[in-house]
Amino acid sequence: MSRNGHSKAYVKVTINGESAEFLCEPRQSLLECLRDIVGLTGTKEGCNDGNCGACTVVLDGRIVNSCLVLGVEAEGAEITTIEGIAHGSELRPIQRAFLEQAALQCGFCTPGFIVASEALLDQEPNPSEERIRLWLANNLCRCTGYDKIVRAVQQAAAEMQETKA
Amino acid sequence: MSTQNYTVIGTRPIRHDGADKVTGRALYGADLHPAGLIYGHILRSPHAHARIVSIDTSKAAAHPGVKAILTADDLPESGDRVLDLGEGATPLSYLRGNILAKGKALYRGHAVAAVAAVSAHVAEEAANLIQVEYEPLPCVLTAPDAMREDAPILHENLKTKGIEEETGKNSNIAHHFQFALGDVEQGFAEADVIVEREYNTATVHQGYIEPQTATALWNNDGRVHIWCSTQGAFVVRDTTANILDLPVSRVKVIPMEIGGGFGGKIPVYLEPVAALLSKKTGHPVKITMSRKDVFEATGPTPGSYLKVKIGARKGGRITAGKAYLAYEAGAYPGAMVVPGAMCVFAAYEIPNMAVEGFDVVVNKPSTTAYRAPGAPNAAFAGETVMDEIAEKLGMDPLDFRLKNAAKEGTRRVEGLKHQKIGCIEVLRAMKNHPHYKSPLGGPNRGRGVAIGFWFNIGLPSSCTVNVNADGTVSLVEGSTDIGGTRASIAMQAAEVFGIPAEDVHPIVVDTDSVGYTAVTGGSRTTFATGWAAYEAAKDAVCQMKQRAAKIWEADPASVEMERGTFRSNGHAMTFKDLAARLADTGGPITGNGAVNPPGAGGSFSGCIVDVEVDPETGKVSILRFTSVQDAGTAIHPAYVEGQMQGGSVQGIGWALNEEYYMNSDGAMVNSSLLDYRMPTSLDLPEIETVIVEVPNPGHPFGARGVGEASIIPPQAAVANAIHGAIGVRMNRLPMKPSAIMEAIWQQKD
Repeated sequence: MSRNGHSKAYVKVTINGESAEFLCEPRQSLLECLRDIVGLTGTKEGCNDGNCGACTVVLDGRIVNSCLVLGVEAEGAEITTIEGIAHGSELRPIQRAFLEQAALQCGFCTPGFIVASEALLDQEPNPSEERIRLWLANNLCRCTGYDKIVRAVQQAAAEMQETKA
Repeated sequence: MSTQNYTVIGTRPIRHDGADKVTGRALYGADLHPAGLIYGHILRSPHAHARIVSIDTSKAAAHPGVKAILTADDLPESGDRVLDLGEGATPLSYLRGNILAKGKALYRGHAVAAVAAVSAHVAEEAANLIQVEYEPLPCVLTAPDAMREDAPILHENLKTKGIEEETGKNSNIAHHFQFALGDVEQGFAEADVIVEREYNTATVHQGYIEPQTATALWNNDGRVHIWCSTQGAFVVRDTTANILDLPVSRVKVIPMEIGGGFGGKIPVYLEPVAALLSKKTGHPVKITMSRKDVFEATGPTPGSYLKVKIGARKGGRITAGKAYLAYEAGAYPGAMVVPGAMCVFAAYEIPNMAVEGFDVVVNKPSTTAYRAPGAPNAAFAGETVMDEIAEKLGMDPLDFRLKNAAKEGTRRVEGLKHQKIGCIEVLRAMKNHPHYKSPLGGPNRGRGVAIGFWFNIGLPSSCTVNVNADGTVSLVEGSTDIGGTRASIAMQAAEVFGIPAEDVHPIVVDTDSVGYTAVTGGSRTTFATGWAAYEAAKDAVCQMKQRAAKIWEADPASVEMERGTFRSNGHAMTFKDLAARLADTGGPITGNGAVNPPGAGGSFSGCIVDVEVDPETGKVSILRFTSVQDAGTAIHPAYVEGQMQGGSVQGIGWALNEEYYMNSDGAMVNSSLLDYRMPTSLDLPEIETVIVEVPNPGHPFGARGVGEASIIPPQAAVANAIHGAIGVRMNRLPMKPSAIMEAIWQQKD
């Protein structure tokens, strides 16, 4: 039982390739669990109602707004957060592209955009600009006007193609 | 000076905080979880205007997990002095009244009580158990309504300050002023073409993605620590200290990374409440707003009613301009109507002008700055009238503007003369851009242009630089970094030292660790804090010259430093080599810079926009958009472009979608990001940018602030493009599909 009378649930998941477990109240969102219980604060809360995309994570291969998923629903799931995008100390092309293209200003929406963009490039290595804009329409950015974000995704796509070729 | 003389300025280094921000490691306001943390929640008024008869907290206090409850009665009676917080003076009573309502709730969302509890959920549950008895009062929601004789009065002690004789009567008009130049009636008598139009614009929000958040600890030594997301740590310190009736030295503000602000994160909402809850409980207390709270209880930018009249001769010379601006301040006085009045005609040389302004309180959240505050409303009116006159004169709209463009020495309506400005250069760049010459290529398409002026501000900034033995420099500054200013400030120090930008490590510190630094706002940070960094670097270089002289046994006055190398009489030593010798030539070197610079050069921005209007639905699509701005010397061009693109898109949202959609009871019915509907990536084309560089003689490197001007012209440019597409003149914002359809139907009638 928690201090206010709600019993807590035990949840076992895989986060960024490592197994993890936590106790949460049934009403707590996955976003809350990640940030306040597990301590992964890279995933951001901008609206808590699924409209801004700042809390985007990958859940069993699909991008979701983690504010719209309950912590208990994640039982057994594989989750990737912004903290799991870089390979060790090496940034992924999408992360470098965001820096080289100056695709962030305040940086608050950036984790959501990077997680969503990486998921797009995983599925579609060479997306058109229209496709990038449609895919990222789930994520709000108020600083950049999206222009440099689109360029960054294009740059990362091109780099990843080159590396493969 | 041309940028070609610089080695660092004008380049595009990776921002110093970049790795943290693409890996999720950067710590924003809500990312802090100190030991013993508990959570606060604020209960807000469901009424737009109501007397608070009683507040019963007993049920909430008995709720398990609740630690403390606050109401306005818990705020110290700290008197009613006027605080100058950098962007305008505000009476303390208004600031305090907005933190927790006393006696009356003045808008829906007005804070009424606060709870601290073991979790955010428990705090929210408990807040809903607080029983508040309200006596609802009639509310008033627009400036024209609030100005009527029989309007409900918000403040029982507010009298109009201004040009009339004082009547002693209570009023919703806080301020009435007039600027005049020449003889405006004579000017209209000389005109061949006169256009006069009236406009209404809706309240809009800055829309930063990170909600306001504050964590406070009232320590056992009586000092208050505050971690928060703010544009100005010193503003938070000074406001909180004044509200809590403490000396400023008792409050330490640690600014966390900030998730957008655009002016909206200058005011203080949560910090004094979190501090008092911490005092009552002994725990650190965190309060984070919901998105609904952000819309309903933080400062949006004013809705407005405007009238603009311009007259011109057949040849295209403007003879007179007249404007009437009534802005909604929200619940407390302070609508940014003076800046609107200063900017409405500032792009033109007009011999006869009169501008009248009203700051009017209404039952909406207390408004605050939003990127060039006040100017976009005014420019929407002014620049659409300009377009109509150009049409009536049969002139190209850019030629008409060029013929009347302001230049150095042009007197503005408030009486000041323009310093060196780039208005003509911006207009020429627009005229020469391939976009302006390209075919529109389809029916229901139109092209619009508009320009806007923002004066920018200076204000105090402080920096310290420490020279490290490995030839790098750490740079300590107090400007929270909203959009890449760590880089643009560090680059100015690097330019002085002649070392790469990457070798200067900027760090934004708390209010105990750096000299007073005003807000990140008014497009001042790269200009003023950059200048402080320049001075600090100069100070360090001066000391290093003495060390070089000591090593070479030379006269310090003979030592010169250029591009990172110290020289005197055939001796030479790089910055890096000399940095390694500091320990054995007298010890460490610290350079200081503290400035309060005048000379913030004003910035002009213009845009060209192509739209397509669907005449069946009224939907407006942006097909192509080009933003042109005078940046003075562009310090970091990529982040200058970013400011231009971001401001442009906020202007597009303001033009087409965004508004506080209020019901007649004063409730905002679209207080979510789904319904408020800011632009998404799919709504926009590429935002093309052209940086014009007319160096600002009032800055060591010629920089002008660039953060704001780009939001001014898009609203009018889009309206002008809609006129080009379907022949209707829009007179309100937003120009949403229903407004377009109404305009089309009216045209047919």
